[in-house]
Amino acid sequence: MELLARAIAEGRDPDPDALIAAIPYCRYLGVRAAVKDGAVSLIMPFAAHLVGNPMLPALHGGVIGSLLETAAIVQVVWETRAPKMPKPVDITVDYLRTGKPVETYAHARIARQGRRVVNVHAELWQEDETKPIAALRGHFLIQS
Amino acid sequence: MSDNWFDKLRDLGKQMGQTAYIAGLKGEVLEMVAPGRARMRLPYGPDLVGDPDTGIVHGGVITGILDHTCGMCVTAALRTPMPIATLDLRIDYMKPAVPGQDIFAEAECVKVGHDVAFVRGLAHQGSREEPIALCTGAFMLIRGGYQMPPAAE
Repeated sequence: MELLARAIAEGRDPDPDALIAAIPYCRYLGVRAAVKDGAVSLIMPFAAHLVGNPMLPALHGGVIGSLLETAAIVQVVWETRAPKMPKPVDITVDYLRTGKPVETYAHARIARQGRRVVNVHAELWQEDETKPIAALRGHFLIQS
Repeated sequence: MSDNWFDKLRDLGKQMGQTAYIAGLKGEVLEMVAPGRARMRLPYGPDLVGDPDTGIVHGGVITGILDHTCGMCVTAALRTPMPIATLDLRIDYMKPAVPGQDIFAEAECVKVGHDVAFVRGLAHQGSREEPIALCTGAFMLIRGGYQMPPAAE
């Protein structure tokens, strides 16, 4: 991606919010990003098109999985300064609590970085950071 | 199994296809008529792109339709309709989805227990022999519906 290549050429970390804004599906979900305390933090305001169960209402499991995977990918790009989007190899999502119709936050950390593959853990929370609503473990291939 | 049961299931499948998230993606539920089986189709669209360099859809889109199809196959395996909730989902991405082509998700319910149902599914673009993703998952069965007291936090 051009914005990643430019950041690498200029010897700085890529702007995670500009990266998110360049990904159509993240724009569709309404995700925004910021760097906080040396890590990327994502915010997804609630919107009607994110609902999976209108009875509760609750966020769709796919939306939860998407936000987790986005947090993992953005953290990998930001931390490894990869020039291209990492390729997902496998992910496991644990759904811990119902996703309420409120703002959702995401953060991720690299558990292990190899030469080709990274193991990433990501978490989502809503009103209380100590009560995550979902967690992801996954492997992503770094593409050079 | 009575025709009435199939009709009910078909109507339920249509309803689940109109879920805001799936409707927004333009996903279409193809069938939920066979006991414990479900299938859906997702046409390619510009909003689904996860890598602007290649036009390949975001992995989360695949997760989304697999989660939905897996949930539908559990519903299609139940004799009595009841709310369900995804407990976990593991997805293996075999190869990237070809941009511009429809994505199909298929799932079957392997086992319905008293509290938990187990599923497996796959996503492909026309040939089951060349899946783009495989998944396994578990769903909680909420017997008695949502009026039950919430689990302790």
